[in-house]
Amino acid sequence: MTAKEYQSASDKAIPHSKSYRNIPMAFLVGGLLCVLGQAVMNLCLYYGMEKDIASACASMSLIILSAVLTGCNIYDNIAQHAGAGTLVPITGFANSMVSPAMEFKTEGYVLGLGAKMFSIAGPVLVYGVSASVIYGLILFIFGR
Amino acid sequence: MLMEYLKAFLVGGIICAIGQVLIDYTKLTPARILVSFVVAGVILGGLGLYQPLLDFGGAGASVPLTGFGALLAKGVREAVAEKGFFGIFSGGLTASAAGVAMAIFTSLVTALISKPKDKS
Repeated sequence: MTAKEYQSASDKAIPHSKSYRNIPMAFLVGGLLCVLGQAVMNLCLYYGMEKDIASACASMSLIILSAVLTGCNIYDNIAQHAGAGTLVPITGFANSMVSPAMEFKTEGYVLGLGAKMFSIAGPVLVYGVSASVIYGLILFIFGR
Repeated sequence: MLMEYLKAFLVGGIICAIGQVLIDYTKLTPARILVSFVVAGVILGGLGLYQPLLDFGGAGASVPLTGFGALLAKGVREAVAEKGFFGIFSGGLTASAAGVAMAIFTSLVTALISKPKDKS
């Protein structure tokens, strides 16, 4: 079976997901995670932090929350219902690192935990950072 | 104050709903969606289109991964203005360093102390 045949066979096997339920759920859960981030951000601003730092602290708090929930095997249960609502926020990025790191710990601490941690986060960094370098090159060449 | 939370909820919710539409109606896998959102964030940030969203939605725009992309772009823009050629390469990761380091370290600690769910 070639990769293409497998893809079309697996497409047929996947039941049609229920968009009328999925999309509002993603909206709700994603929105709530952002509200939580906003609450942390406001707290940081209240204590006199700069806006950039307050915003980073909000993201960092959500990363910790996601790691704890993933470590307790709770995050994946929420993600089953929330779909993109738990994937697209920074919590989804953290989950994509913690989850394989936990799972592949048995394959060793370097090539298991350490390497598999980046199975999704790696590509995100590769393309994100590369896009930003291209943007920087454009700015450098044409921006002055 | 309440309005601020409502805006964060709306903006964040809509960005996540777009992700869900992509999952449901295209063949994009979750990994590809994460990559696309970050790259989209870099492009929107580079074009100056993401800043208004950040001003309006606050954490609603910064928490989704598009915000991560926009942060990379912002870091590069500021670093190029300040340091020139060197900034092209230093800006992105410098701006996002705290989040990336936090994600790496918490992932390591969590993976070390927790046990994966028994799949049997």
